[in-house]
Amino acid sequence: MRAIWLAGLLLLASIQAGAAEYRPIPGGEFRTALPPTDRPTVSLPPYALRALPVTQGEFLAFVRQNPQWRRDRVPALFAARGYLDDWAGPTELGKIDPQAPVTRVSWYAARAYCASEGATLPSWYQWEFAAAADASRADARDDPAWRQAMLDWYASPQHGALPPVGSDRNVFGIYDLHRLIYEWVEDYNGLFVNSDSRTQGVVQNLETCGAAALSLGDRQNYAILMRIAMLAALDGNDTLGLVGFRCAKPVDHR
Amino acid sequence: MKRSHLLFCSLVLAWGQAQGTAALPTIHETLVAPPQVPPPITRKSPARVVVDLTVEEVERDIAPGTSYTFWTFGGSVPGRMIRVREGDTVELHLHNLASNKLPHNIDLHAVSGPGGGAPQTLVAPGKQANFTFKALQSGLYVYHCATAPVGMHVGNGMYGMILVEPLQGLPKVDREYYVMQGDFYTSGAYRAGGLQPFDMQKAIDEKPTYVLFNGADGALTGQNALPAKTGEKIRLFFGDGGPNLTSSFHVIGAIMDKVYTEGGTHYQQNVQTTMVPAGGSAIIEFTTRVPGKLTLVDHSLTRAFNKGAIGLIDVAGANQPEIYGKGIISADGPAGAAPHITDSTAVNAEPPGKPQATNGKTVFETVCAACHQATALGIPGVFPPLAGSDFFKENLDEAARIVLGGRAGPITVKGVTYNSVMPPQSLTDQEIAAVLNYVSKEFNDGKVAITPERVRDLRTAKAAHP
Repeated sequence: MRAIWLAGLLLLASIQAGAAEYRPIPGGEFRTALPPTDRPTVSLPPYALRALPVTQGEFLAFVRQNPQWRRDRVPALFAARGYLDDWAGPTELGKIDPQAPVTRVSWYAARAYCASEGATLPSWYQWEFAAAADASRADARDDPAWRQAMLDWYASPQHGALPPVGSDRNVFGIYDLHRLIYEWVEDYNGLFVNSDSRTQGVVQNLETCGAAALSLGDRQNYAILMRIAMLAALDGNDTLGLVGFRCAKPVDHR
Repeated sequence: MKRSHLLFCSLVLAWGQAQGTAALPTIHETLVAPPQVPPPITRKSPARVVVDLTVEEVERDIAPGTSYTFWTFGGSVPGRMIRVREGDTVELHLHNLASNKLPHNIDLHAVSGPGGGAPQTLVAPGKQANFTFKALQSGLYVYHCATAPVGMHVGNGMYGMILVEPLQGLPKVDREYYVMQGDFYTSGAYRAGGLQPFDMQKAIDEKPTYVLFNGADGALTGQNALPAKTGEKIRLFFGDGGPNLTSSFHVIGAIMDKVYTEGGTHYQQNVQTTMVPAGGSAIIEFTTRVPGKLTLVDHSLTRAFNKGAIGLIDVAGANQPEIYGKGIISADGPAGAAPHITDSTAVNAEPPGKPQATNGKTVFETVCAACHQATALGIPGVFPPLAGSDFFKENLDEAARIVLGGRAGPITVKGVTYNSVMPPQSLTDQEIAAVLNYVSKEFNDGKVAITPERVRDLRTAKAAHP
């Protein structure tokens, strides 16, 4: 009986050894930069978020196990030209650092990857909640120095290869939510953000979400507004050099 | 047979006109960098004008020694000027370079419809938007990026102008230039040096570090001054990109013959200063009457003199003394103290222009005689004499240093103490040597005593130890 129990534990351990780390995020009442609903805050249940963005090495392993996501086999509908085209070959990184975050992946490919980890892409709220933190505070968004640090990344052109993941840890133990890459979210095209961000008013018509007006909830958080603008500009099969992703899970499935 | 062919042609033509754009000739507009503008339109009929505009995020100087990351339409601030004719159909291709970091779009004030085209043109890096609109109304219109946060996109230089010429065209002028004012917000102070980041809080507080013409401190001064000749009609396409400040636009030394206020159809005449709102424009016409420099400023003057909002038009040509005479400067007070006035004592009240010749006499008469007098005897107690001057004879190097760098404070010449200020003179080494040797020979019984090389050495030493 004990042996069976031990064997089970070992099996679990072997699975966990290669698995990505997910960290619990408490959630709660939260002020979002998205247009306000009928309440000043949104309520976010607890969830678990991948500590690190998915790396090039991890995505390579995924592609090898799921050849339908190779760049030479994926339908254009799911990944536009440019998908993984910085790799040396369809299943070969070449000079790319396997520890760098994977980019040039479509939303479809990112979702498929997360499913392979038994996870999904985070919702915008899940991403935004975790990204409000800095190294010591759960919500650092009103700190001008924090805002400026975020902003400086957007304002400086990207030169050369992306650095490895894991350099910028926040109080939840989540790394690199800012200043490394943009990240896909599950509901990137359902943010009710008009592509003309200046439109005023409180139209929240689900049937015409493309024309739904944006009245941004946090007009001073320029860094977050730029994330939203980028997501609003994307199509699901887009593969941009600065857009990667991480995954999320329900907290009780950990 | 021939008759039916003709009929067919006219039917096609009629069909094309009914369709509006089907029969329009297509023109690919070549865009040029500011301050240049595309040539006037000579067409008398509408066209389909294809414009390719590429968003480029570039790092370059905002002031000498200080750099900044600009976001641009076409690589320049302001963005490339688009020139079309009323009634044209414009097919705009907006490209966002794959190497860029941000999504961008464009709102053209010449567009009738939601967002001025912004919702139709939001493009992520590596993508392009094709947007077609009809230029219904003539005028000079600002375009700008309208992606969140708009204040930052515009504050980083994402604006330009589109001119929609009226059907009859604009009156012919001799020169056209394209100038836009903008306010910039950097973390460091004005000319702080290094690469400066955008300062969001300063932008929100509307406290700019720089107020600039054409996106750089010095974009229209020095080597970049706009050339002109006397007696020319100049047209400025002037706009204010903002994001925040309204411009009190003024040309020092010129009266604006016509100002199409707010870039519209009607003009005011004989204007000194015109108000141009952020996101607005003016078409300004004036005539260059006399040679010299005309200075473009925002007449909210600390912007001009402390934040960079200055440009120059360098007008070449012959003097017109009946329009613009020479100032005659003399001591204030009773007639007895007034110096003998001759033509040679006269000098411009403004800082003197560079003398044409390196002839010492000419330099003396155009530069020195204003204060030291044509006799070189100065004015007792006010301007020290150069003639028979012990100071001059004993300190020729020092005299050169004073000409180079100016001098303030007490100085004793021929037993009299003077305490006033002489400004540095903008003269070449040759001119300084020539004028000092002229003073030495003419007024001090001296000889040729200093060489241009010596002046150059003194200038170098001064630069090393200011």
